[in-house]
Amino acid sequence: MNRFAFLLDRLAYEPRRNAKVRLIADYFRETPDPERGWALAALTGALSFRHAKPGMIRGLIMERADPVLFGLSYDYVGDLAETVALMWPGEPRANRVPPLSEIVEGLTSTAKLDLPRRLAAWLDALDEVGRWALLKLITGSLRIGASARLAKTAVAALGDHKPDEIELVWPGLEPPYEELFAWVEGRGEKPSALDPAPFRPPMLAHPLEDADYRAFDPADFVAEWKWDGIRVQASAGRDEEGRHVARLWSRSGEDVSGAFPDLIEALTFDGAIDGELLVLREGRVQSFNVLQQRLNRKSVTPKLIAEFPVHIRAYDLLVEGGEDLREKPFMERRARLEAFIAREKNPRVDLSPMVPFADWDELAAARLDPASAGAGEDSAAVEGLMVKRRDAPYVVGRPKGLWFKWKHDPMTVDAVLMYAQRGHGKRSSFYSDYTFGLWTEDDAGPQLVPVGKAYFGFTDEELVELDRFVRKHTINRFGPVREVSHTEDLGLVLEVAFEGVARSARHKSGVAMRFPRVARIRWDKPPHEADRLETLEALIDLRGAARAS
Amino acid sequence: MRPEDLLCPSPKGLYCPPADLHIDPLRPVERALVTHGHADHARPGNAAVMATPETLAIMAARYGEAFCSTRRPAAYGEVHDVGGGVKASFHPAGHVLGAAQILLEWKGFRAVVSGDYKRAHDPTAAPFEVVPCDLFITEATFGLPVFRHPDAAGEIAKLLDSVELFPDRAHLVGAYSLGKAQRLMKLLRQAGWDRPIHLHGAMERVTETYRALGVDLGETIRVMAADRKALAGAIVLCPPSALRELWARKFPDPVTVAASGWMRVRARARQKGVELPLVVSDHADWDELRQTILDTGAEEIWVTHGEEDALVHWCGSAALKARPLRLVGYGDEGEAEETPAEEASGE
Repeated sequence: MNRFAFLLDRLAYEPRRNAKVRLIADYFRETPDPERGWALAALTGALSFRHAKPGMIRGLIMERADPVLFGLSYDYVGDLAETVALMWPGEPRANRVPPLSEIVEGLTSTAKLDLPRRLAAWLDALDEVGRWALLKLITGSLRIGASARLAKTAVAALGDHKPDEIELVWPGLEPPYEELFAWVEGRGEKPSALDPAPFRPPMLAHPLEDADYRAFDPADFVAEWKWDGIRVQASAGRDEEGRHVARLWSRSGEDVSGAFPDLIEALTFDGAIDGELLVLREGRVQSFNVLQQRLNRKSVTPKLIAEFPVHIRAYDLLVEGGEDLREKPFMERRARLEAFIAREKNPRVDLSPMVPFADWDELAAARLDPASAGAGEDSAAVEGLMVKRRDAPYVVGRPKGLWFKWKHDPMTVDAVLMYAQRGHGKRSSFYSDYTFGLWTEDDAGPQLVPVGKAYFGFTDEELVELDRFVRKHTINRFGPVREVSHTEDLGLVLEVAFEGVARSARHKSGVAMRFPRVARIRWDKPPHEADRLETLEALIDLRGAARAS
Repeated sequence: MRPEDLLCPSPKGLYCPPADLHIDPLRPVERALVTHGHADHARPGNAAVMATPETLAIMAARYGEAFCSTRRPAAYGEVHDVGGGVKASFHPAGHVLGAAQILLEWKGFRAVVSGDYKRAHDPTAAPFEVVPCDLFITEATFGLPVFRHPDAAGEIAKLLDSVELFPDRAHLVGAYSLGKAQRLMKLLRQAGWDRPIHLHGAMERVTETYRALGVDLGETIRVMAADRKALAGAIVLCPPSALRELWARKFPDPVTVAASGWMRVRARARQKGVELPLVVSDHADWDELRQTILDTGAEEIWVTHGEEDALVHWCGSAALKARPLRLVGYGDEGEAEETPAEEASGE
């Protein structure tokens, strides 16, 4: 365990990607099976333990520490595993430090009732770094800036392989991956159990505004709508026994099939589609707000499925009948996609239409008014344009110069900072989560009503200034939350940008903003000049309505 | 009498009405007692200043000889009548060279203002002495149970291991120029590092003051801009803020190191882009804070700059009367690492 803990510790502080890959690859080289396989499972998020959960860790620390002191510490550190690792009253003992494989085995097979005692014994035996690593394993997300992709890249580096080759054999493998290591080290056959519906890392786009696009020849590019849903990959095929398998993957490679049984059932083809997950009702695309009601539900009921029927609007065809199309130019893939959709006649999968344009001005006009440019009644669900080079192959990651996104300009309001809370992760110990409000009027005079929360959009330097403002202007403390001065004359105005606003019964203000973030800090503006709630209410559905009319 | 009759918070800092003096005043006053030389405690412009001879020398080095009009040196242990029936004495705080706790005695009541303190071994500062008292005013920079500082020698070993592992890279160690830097130099010497230690220009004057006061730090060399490229394998000490400046990038493949109690928390180290965090602190950690409060035997505890809430809560659970003293202007402002106040507080 110490060797693994040391690796995690080094990774956490190493900023350079290549150096991280080297650290992981070195660890794999020096560590025998099955230890390294369990480490790979941990790094790729393939481990989950039925009984060992964050709640159990909290329970253990509560038996050993004052709850108020734990609360203040957790608030300060911003990470459960680290807080407990630091607070754990363990003293260096003669206990044997268990190897990683023993811990994984123990976490998997120990009965629920015995587990807290076993876990406590490990924590006693380990030092602070070891405790942290063990608790990170249990809480699931390592958050050491090393993705699954990075770990697979390190595996590939053990032999002369590309990370994509690992990706393709990956779904058929199980920890501790002994056959995978044997193959990359040239000691064994390539693992054959190929997944018939694997995840293929998606191609991503750069903001068009960041490029000097006016210098591009419009004839080299095509455009299509950027739909406001969830980017997914539908992958399907037949396994060795001839069974048809279909999976839905998120952009980051998470298998989300379980949440969409209705859609999975409909994916009867053999191939892989890159598209947008949307709710369609009577052929009309619903807003992201509607889609959101289908997401993050504990159980997927028939009622939910009937009320929120999900579809895929296809952007791209990556594989068809076992043929990998990703090396081919976009326009060739597009032709194959159009033919594929026409042939399949799948009621759950349709084609994302192209947006024709002769020059950049015409495209800019389409961006401002999608309804007139072909999106019609669906324009409320358009969040901008995708601009793609005609000859672009489908390249993993975010290659330069091939795909661009050209989103709508966000809406903005000037709001007043009311409460701040410390952030987590990278921003822990800074007051980085801001609740802001807009003015209303009641019998007592002008009042601020909270309308939303923002925790990004500012630079690291601005964060330091915001944090300082919060500390200097605190008027009340409620646990981890500080109330800051927000009178008509003393307070801080934040220009908040957001993507949309809808009515919401769950919010005191009656409105909910989508994707709010701090666009600018208005140090120059007194609070009484901030916007009123009516200004925000007037923006409800404005985007969709304006475009639909 | 009430403790507030002897000491009370005021806009200019902690005030003692019977003697009409301030301790570590935030703005210029007539009569000041100063615990130690960090800029958030020792400020220029007071008329008369009483402090240890070392602290007075450090203030003169930092602010110039005219930092006050009258200096009243108070060696550790000497008792001085400061007027109004109040007696003041200075006792080692273990924080940096010359750092003192100030004991005020009045009508049989004893109050100790700790200033900043630590109890861990420091070869450049006189070791902390427990001063029994009725009222103890403690700092709380690291007043949370997650802060438990490891042995400093072990942290120095990490640095030397890294220097051995990467002989082609320069190790840039961010450390506060007064106290931390000199402690690191001395610890490096004790760990057997006998090569010259390279110093950022901002550290030279204080280091010279330490030498003049009898602290042997071995050979140090000021980093000249043109020499940076040639410093592979060297240990370079600089103020924490310099780690992020262009200045730092001209060294051969630099390893960013920081020595601070804050380095205990990973996110803090990562926010600052530190690759090798060393947990070396000149402040008491959680265990030391609690131990010290109990050792003084004080019945009333006032908690200043830092994580007051947790320490006040703990005092309550130990049946001690405690309250936070929210004096603006000390380390509290510096909780966000980058602020100048924190540089001043020496952490």
